[in-house]
Amino acid sequence: MTRNFGFLVVALVLVASTCEAAIFNPISDSHRSAALQLFSVSDGSFGSLEETYEALRTFEVLGIEKKVDTRTSTCATVVDTIGSPSSALKDLFQALRINGILKCELNDEAFKGIMPRIKDAINDSHSLLDYYYSIGGLMLIKDQTSEVAVHLGDADRIFRSIKALSQSDGRWRFSSNNPESSTYAAGLALETLAGVVSLASSEIDHSLLATLKNDIVKLFDGIEKYDDGACYFDEKIIDAHMHQGSLSASSVVVHGLTAFVTAAKGSLNLPGDKILGLAKFFLGIGVPGSAKDLYHQIVALACLENSRVSVPLILSLPATVLSVSTKDQLKVRVNTVLGSAAPPLSVKLMQIFRSGSKDASVIDQELKFDPENAVHVLETLPKNVDVGKYIFSFEILLHDPEHKKIYATGGRTKVPLYVTGVISVDHAEIAILDSDLGSVEMQKKLDLSGENAVALSANHLQKLRLSFQLTTPFGHTFKPHQAFLKLRHESGVEHIFVVGNSGKKFEIVLDFLGLVEKFFYLSGRYDIQLTVGDTVMENSFLHLLGYLELDLPDAPEKAARPPPQPVHPYSRYGPKAEIIHIFRAPEKRPPRDLSFVFMGLVLLPFFGFMAGLFYLRANLKNLPKSTVPATFAMLFHLGIAAVLLLYTFFWLKLDLFTTLKALGFLGVFLTFVGHRTLSHLASTSAKLKSA
Amino acid sequence: MGRSTTSKDAEALFHSLHSAYASTPTNLKIIDLYIMFAVVTAVIQVVYMAIVGSFPFNSFLSGELSCVGTAVLAVCLRIQVNKENKEFKDLPPERAFADFVLCNLVLHLVIMNFLG
Repeated sequence: MTRNFGFLVVALVLVASTCEAAIFNPISDSHRSAALQLFSVSDGSFGSLEETYEALRTFEVLGIEKKVDTRTSTCATVVDTIGSPSSALKDLFQALRINGILKCELNDEAFKGIMPRIKDAINDSHSLLDYYYSIGGLMLIKDQTSEVAVHLGDADRIFRSIKALSQSDGRWRFSSNNPESSTYAAGLALETLAGVVSLASSEIDHSLLATLKNDIVKLFDGIEKYDDGACYFDEKIIDAHMHQGSLSASSVVVHGLTAFVTAAKGSLNLPGDKILGLAKFFLGIGVPGSAKDLYHQIVALACLENSRVSVPLILSLPATVLSVSTKDQLKVRVNTVLGSAAPPLSVKLMQIFRSGSKDASVIDQELKFDPENAVHVLETLPKNVDVGKYIFSFEILLHDPEHKKIYATGGRTKVPLYVTGVISVDHAEIAILDSDLGSVEMQKKLDLSGENAVALSANHLQKLRLSFQLTTPFGHTFKPHQAFLKLRHESGVEHIFVVGNSGKKFEIVLDFLGLVEKFFYLSGRYDIQLTVGDTVMENSFLHLLGYLELDLPDAPEKAARPPPQPVHPYSRYGPKAEIIHIFRAPEKRPPRDLSFVFMGLVLLPFFGFMAGLFYLRANLKNLPKSTVPATFAMLFHLGIAAVLLLYTFFWLKLDLFTTLKALGFLGVFLTFVGHRTLSHLASTSAKLKSA
Repeated sequence: MGRSTTSKDAEALFHSLHSAYASTPTNLKIIDLYIMFAVVTAVIQVVYMAIVGSFPFNSFLSGELSCVGTAVLAVCLRIQVNKENKEFKDLPPERAFADFVLCNLVLHLVIMNFLG
């Protein structure tokens, strides 16, 4: 009876809890180091006045002591901006904000100097941004100096004109010309109206404040939610100039809201879980990547930390993985969003849900507080917590009942947790069975915690059986994510099989008769590899069990070819095989002696020619005797000899162009002398004839 | 009987040719000798090629062409210089010789290029 009732309660609780489990961590040193990196100093400053203010405010909230060297140049810029009569309203506002942090030496004269300008700006304001900068400037002057009297005479009128830009869903427009409403504008408007209320010389009309509180409630009604409990204000329009996303919009709304609550001093009933949701949204970002996002995140969290609405308390776990084998203790921290200490409270572990199954167990155990480390410790895990993935449900209980109004704890907080342990693998054995009879041909026991090297052989008529048992440290069955058997052929072709289980026993039977085609008829040596792994298994393994000599029948013609193995990536760029050049076999040359003999033989006819000339009594009688013709004749013969010499050089060394050039010169010379000689000879013979 | 007649006829033919040839002018005989020299050189080259093979063929051709070309040019010279040849009566022999020299030089330039 009571058991049934208990299960019913559990079921109801399950239905009621729609939030997913998630972990949010408060601001930590990783944010501080990110801030130092993102807000970088170039040329002695952070950039524009706005960027400088963002950097300084972030460092102030995070408690980072930045180097002083930027202070002098920044202060100089601030003094210049405030002193200059031509500065824009926006720059004055930013300069005053920076002065609020750095406290540069600005005398009252400077403040008195800009007061009239700001007051004129208020009277001339039309758009929301004008009001924001001017009212904001006045607020800053009021905080920074007591000499100058700052108050707004016609606060009601200003309040109404700003209120006129509001929309029915709680959003605001930037100006009366622009019909689009924006959540970012709503945040700016809230901050501005908070300034109006605090600067007003006389009390603002209560009905106006009441309508504004209604607007805030409507704005909260339109808040967006994530499944893990984070809430944020969505920005529907994204202007190319302003580029406001949900982070900046939510941050500005939080800032404006907390400013208004502080100024109005009235009560505002906002649901604590939505405030906590906003805190979770900002913390859920983690460490942002850009300086502006980090600024928005930090400033929003600072507002939440010090807000009068409700201060969110964040439950976080330093370690989300607990090991059964090293007997880890569950530790829980509760801090504010900026990491400061929480008020006195206790943490109770209420329920444990096992991931993947429907059942949950009700625990209701209080954690012990360790004041030295400021953690709540659960010394021993409950008995039924075995290895696996769990969701632990905690509840924060504040000791002081007054604190319940100040702090938002969010009821039940669900946290995902992994419990790991060593899974015992035993009764492992591998066997080769005969297909028909089922009898065991060969069986070997394996030790899966150490090295194995079995050598099996099988043919296509046999089966391979591998079996083992997996047990958790507490003796329950364990089903891992991965239980694979891989057979890898020596050529690289792999086949992977999933090992199924029934209860504790894991078994796989490979019937080679049916697998012959899948194996592409490849016989040979196969490596056997077993992989068993899971996230919560501390001794996940990938073991080479040994080798299997598999004898498969030959592949028929139409069988599929095994897929080509990928080329090893490095071998593609390694040295290639040496190229062996195949040369044409050289022609057979004659023996040298034979060549010399024929050289001699070829020269013989020349001698024969000489001998013949001698025999014919050839003479040189016709050679001219007198000087000039003799010279020409000589030159003619020399010329011919020179040409023949040129030809020899041509054959030995020269190229055709050089030869032709030289031949050109020689030819001209030869023609000239030849003509002279031969004409002389011709005239001589003609004289002889006529005579 | 026929054999001796044939040999006697051959002998007689040879003697008549020899005596007829003896009357040619000396310069023509020199040219004929030169032609013989060129042809014999060509024959020796062919025999060599027949023994060792035609590699490198361009060198063989070059050598052959040199001999045969110069022989041909000498034949042309002989034709032009021969006084009994009425066709070239007006051509002075010096001119023919100049042509012979020029053509030989051009021939041998080509030969040298092709010799390799």
